[in-house]
Amino acid sequence: MGLTLLTPEFRIDRDQERCIACQVCVRQCANDSHVYDSEDDRVYSDETRCVGCHRCVTLCPTHAVTVRANPLDFRTNANWTPQKLASIYKQAETGGILLTGMGCDQPYPIYFDCLLLNASQVTNPSIDPLREPMELRTYLGRKPDQVELEEGPDGVQLKTQMAPQLTLDTPILFSAMSYGSISYNACLSLAQAARACNTLCNTGEGGLHSSLYEYGPNTIGQVASGRFGVHPDYLGAVAALEIKIGQGAKPGIGGHLPGEKVTADVSRTRMIPAGTDALSPAPHHDIYSIEDLRQLIYALKEATNYVKPVGVKIAAVHNVAPIASGIARAGADYIAIDGLRGGTGAAPTIIRNSVGIPIEVAIAAVDTRLREEGIRNQVSLLAAGSIRNSGDVVKIIALGADAVYIGTAALVAMGCHVCQKCYTGKCNWGIATQDPNLTKRLNPSIGSRRLANLVRAWSLEIKEMLGGMGVNAIESLRGNRDALRGVGLNEVELRTLGVKAAGEA
Amino acid sequence: MKRIYVNEEYCIACRLCEIHCQVQHSQSKKIIKAFKEEDPRAMPRLLVEEEGPLSFAMQCRHCEEPRCVEACITGAMHHDETSGAILCDEDKCVGCWMCIMVCPFGAIRRNMVGHKAASKCDLCYGEKMPVCVAHCPNEALTFVEATASPRRNAKGNSE
Repeated sequence: MGLTLLTPEFRIDRDQERCIACQVCVRQCANDSHVYDSEDDRVYSDETRCVGCHRCVTLCPTHAVTVRANPLDFRTNANWTPQKLASIYKQAETGGILLTGMGCDQPYPIYFDCLLLNASQVTNPSIDPLREPMELRTYLGRKPDQVELEEGPDGVQLKTQMAPQLTLDTPILFSAMSYGSISYNACLSLAQAARACNTLCNTGEGGLHSSLYEYGPNTIGQVASGRFGVHPDYLGAVAALEIKIGQGAKPGIGGHLPGEKVTADVSRTRMIPAGTDALSPAPHHDIYSIEDLRQLIYALKEATNYVKPVGVKIAAVHNVAPIASGIARAGADYIAIDGLRGGTGAAPTIIRNSVGIPIEVAIAAVDTRLREEGIRNQVSLLAAGSIRNSGDVVKIIALGADAVYIGTAALVAMGCHVCQKCYTGKCNWGIATQDPNLTKRLNPSIGSRRLANLVRAWSLEIKEMLGGMGVNAIESLRGNRDALRGVGLNEVELRTLGVKAAGEA
Repeated sequence: MKRIYVNEEYCIACRLCEIHCQVQHSQSKKIIKAFKEEDPRAMPRLLVEEEGPLSFAMQCRHCEEPRCVEACITGAMHHDETSGAILCDEDKCVGCWMCIMVCPFGAIRRNMVGHKAASKCDLCYGEKMPVCVAHCPNEALTFVEATASPRRNAKGNSE
């Protein structure tokens, strides 16, 4: 192979006045970006290997190291940007599909940032959540068309038979991230945090590790196209089941866990031979219509005696509203919709950056459609795909979601720096890796504490925002688009989102 | 008494414990000065043992029945009544290394610079928490009451 035309993405700046050559950076970089020269008693850097994960920067005891974008400039060209050139150089060298991790990083409009929340002034009182009760309790599942009551021995009781419901203390759940794509310690952190916050985590399509069965009541078990790790004990252990049709980062394509990540434990959990690639087909080979989907939903309900909700996860695509309507009619208890910016452990860059629609418009469109058809009560809506803070949670719930899935935000809480190199298996933060040298870097007691802190902080902020709007329950906000106003949006966007422009009363 | 325990499952072999131990036992107690200016450079009083992905920080266990104290010919190695720690009075130490010979954990090292003396963990005497524990980025080191875990004598057996 001749000369590579790729230039380093980052510069590692080492302040030699501060560097004590303690080699913490050398020991911590899984990409070997730092090299110690014992003859010179000096640490040198190889920037071609740096991925910008900041592990060295964070652990350097003298703050001698910093990482910057390489200031190398090409002749200014708004069309042929440096990233586009680098992609071509890379493909000309490898002849392969370019891979990446995490969610779409392209500068498409972010509707969350164009939506503003309302607050009470004079004509309706705001509520102080520190002094008055504020309800974030969320029930996920099919709600009856009407409720009938009857006299019972202990007074009035519910006559209507309720479909199974998931009861959460906060409308924030942890997204599907499989054991295999992330480490055992990351899975354990999520499970422990889900239990501590009385919410749910999601197995992804990697099955449930035998030692995580105790967290089953706080776990949603995925059934995906590869059917990895799906067996009677698994169905029995989890709180709910989720049929995964698609994922926001890569709608329409399957998954591929490279054999190097299929360790003995992953192999046992997924029920596939160790060291073999775990390939999830793009479609479920038994689902080619809503009727087929209905068969799988009811097969799972039958297998779990109709006591567990069965949801369906789809990626937000152009026809998301009619598809969601079909899923509701197929008998799903909830629909999870994953938007354009949803993350992944590995996806072709071109798919991640070009396919799907933003979650904000998808949720608005689905909520509107289901209301128009009079079936909104039949399913709960879970929104996923880059929920970045509590403001996003409140906005998406006002647009019509029942609750949100957080994936990237949860990883960031555990230490992820969104370097987008999950697919390499060399995660320096011990999250997206199975390398025993790296997985031990995530101590689950720290990971779960940080996750629980994040959920607690967001929940407190949500309560403050609700109080400001003068409502005392998250239920009162759901689908209340009047709580939102748009800025910088055109008429079609405002109409699709179902919100008024800022300034309109 | 509080003791240092290591959870080797989460030791990431960064050796920040060694680095901060060196700083704590330096003249200036300032990290850049301790490494760049002080000569001789202070020795770390603990050592990170590593083999493959397994690693852990090893420092004096401050045994209930310390063999090093028994073996010390000058009385330099002694049991500190107030803290419960096993300390070495470096002025009294003559560098016979009998303590090193008898220590079952290999936790004592020779300091050959200047007045040679046995160098070992002093639980950061006077500090609320030993610096190795305070600076462990992954909480692999903990400083807790000894009752939290079975006590071990110098033979390494549970009591």
